[in-house]
Amino acid sequence: MQAFLKSDIVDQGEVVTVLDQCIKGADLPNLLFYGPPGTGKTSIILAASHQLFGDMYKERILELNASDERGIQVIRDKIKSFAQLRAGGTRPDGKPCPPFKIVILDEADSMTQAAQAALRRTMEKETKTTRFCLICNYVSRIIEPLTSRCTKFRFRPLNADLIAFISDEEKLLVDDDILKELVKTSGGDMRRAITCLHSCSRLRGKDTPITKKDITEIAGVIPEKFLCEFLEICKENDYKKLKSFINKFTLEAYSGLQMLEQLNDYIIESDEFNNKQKAIIGEKLGAVTFRLQDGASESLQLLDLGCVVMTSYAA
Amino acid sequence: MSLWVDKYRPKDLQKLDFHKEQAANLKRLIQQGDFPHLLMFGPSGAGKKTRIMCLLKELYGPGVERLRMEQMNFTTPSNKKLEIMTISSNYHIEVNPSDVGIYDRVVIMDLIKNVAQSQQLDSKGQKDFKIVVLTDVDQMTIDAQHALRRTMEKYIANCRLILCCNSTSRVIPAIKSRCLNIKVPAPSTDEIVSILQNTCKKEGLTVPVELAKRIAEKSNRNLRRSLLMLEACKVQQYPFTANQNITEPDWSLFIRNMAKLIIQEQSLERISKIREDLYELIVHDIPGDIIFEVLVDELTQNCDFELKLQIVEQAAIYEHRMRQGNKEIFHLEAFVVKFMCLYKKYLEDALGNSM
Repeated sequence: MQAFLKSDIVDQGEVVTVLDQCIKGADLPNLLFYGPPGTGKTSIILAASHQLFGDMYKERILELNASDERGIQVIRDKIKSFAQLRAGGTRPDGKPCPPFKIVILDEADSMTQAAQAALRRTMEKETKTTRFCLICNYVSRIIEPLTSRCTKFRFRPLNADLIAFISDEEKLLVDDDILKELVKTSGGDMRRAITCLHSCSRLRGKDTPITKKDITEIAGVIPEKFLCEFLEICKENDYKKLKSFINKFTLEAYSGLQMLEQLNDYIIESDEFNNKQKAIIGEKLGAVTFRLQDGASESLQLLDLGCVVMTSYAA
Repeated sequence: MSLWVDKYRPKDLQKLDFHKEQAANLKRLIQQGDFPHLLMFGPSGAGKKTRIMCLLKELYGPGVERLRMEQMNFTTPSNKKLEIMTISSNYHIEVNPSDVGIYDRVVIMDLIKNVAQSQQLDSKGQKDFKIVVLTDVDQMTIDAQHALRRTMEKYIANCRLILCCNSTSRVIPAIKSRCLNIKVPAPSTDEIVSILQNTCKKEGLTVPVELAKRIAEKSNRNLRRSLLMLEACKVQQYPFTANQNITEPDWSLFIRNMAKLIIQEQSLERISKIREDLYELIVHDIPGDIIFEVLVDELTQNCDFELKLQIVEQAAIYEHRMRQGNKEIFHLEAFVVKFMCLYKKYLEDALGNSM
């Protein structure tokens, strides 16, 4: 998988420009990267710090992510003592390098509020020697005082060119249509798209062309016929059929969450429902998705949704 | 003497009885020597674990079958001691992190780092990475799943993860996007029937097709349960007859009985009787979601459509709450009481209309 990850960054224009400026010698602000998964947040900061520090990378970077202990104690001890170290302006070989260190806090949105609060003062006091880079998916989970101390960068979902580039580079036998499908199913998550492509080529062997079916199978996309069947059954107002459909659905090992996502797209675009019905179903979809992610049982939640769709058909 | 389930478990990717194309794909994947992290998902009894073991064997040879159980100890930051059982061979280690409840993050952090940071010593003819098998990933806390994210990327050089779960709804997208997702659907009824027949042939028995079919349907296309049921049937009565009685697990009878009691009478005394029954179930370690499912199934059977919708809606709400809380009994009982209210109101309305 990593073999596929090219270190040269392809997209995310402004972020790259800013980092470029700083590598050229200008100063670096504290950074806050946010955006959906698989858009290259971690890759960019890692690439930049390699370029900045070269061989001294290990001494100048402190990388902490959710797998490390990141309670308030660690902020007080580890980060503080790292931040207080002075950093010289030259490399061992005499070349100049920026006189600061970088603390990368990956997945910062899973840090506790208390731990985030403990960062505030440290961030200000040590600006002379240390820059912070916070990376997260949801900027709303970072407390206000921290976001106001950082320059924020939003990462957009990547576009499709990268995938085409990779498939060319690896000499895969894929049609453009299929690549488009791949990008569509992964919803801008580049890592997911690349993993999917990689898996397909691995599973199929290099010499067989990758088909649309492979992609949908690996990406776990639910065939449209299941969605139609679900709605059809709801239309018939038959509780028993709905029950057995859901049973069948779970046995086929499709993911309920994926179903809800696709159903959402489908219902929004379909002409079968009027706005009121769409609103009712949409509200239920929201509630059910939330509960599913919280760990509720798939079959009961789908059943609940099905019942609401039934009533809105009947209305 | 071992159970048929274990005795006839396929040990080779080629010998798997169903999803053969997928098995061939997996084989191809392994023959290339390197593979991404895997996420296996499917209903229980569909053969996820069997496939994982086959994969490991294909990868490392028969050495993976020499298993040992080990007790690992961890200390949480708050100085609480944790113990967890692991099953390991020289090449892989298998853990169920959700065994330690909310402390699973500590296990993930320590264990995977330990395994991942130690290089494989014996390099002759072996792969240069170890495998960590994590089961019941969907039961893991969100924190623990986050802890997996970066670890998965960082140590990819000497450690691969195989994650195993029932439903991917509870797995965070960040993990899904890092793994090759492998869907293992339940075997079809016909596939189960043929497997049951083959097993019987190996045992020197014969089984009528009708019986095999009934078992397959009764087990809800769960292969493991089918085999167990078949073996139970054999103990009960052999030679088999097509319409012989298939013993159902007693908890399902018990819950059904409970549902009957609930429908019969809605009163305070009944509630306290039901409470006893619920405790009985919980003491016997029947998971709450199964109780919910069977209960909803039974209760909705003789109500009209309007009432069904209400019941399902309430069940969905209470089931969700049960997941969030940690005492199942409250939520089960709350649901029962809610049902009684709804049902009683429905009966009274019906009576009022008819008068």
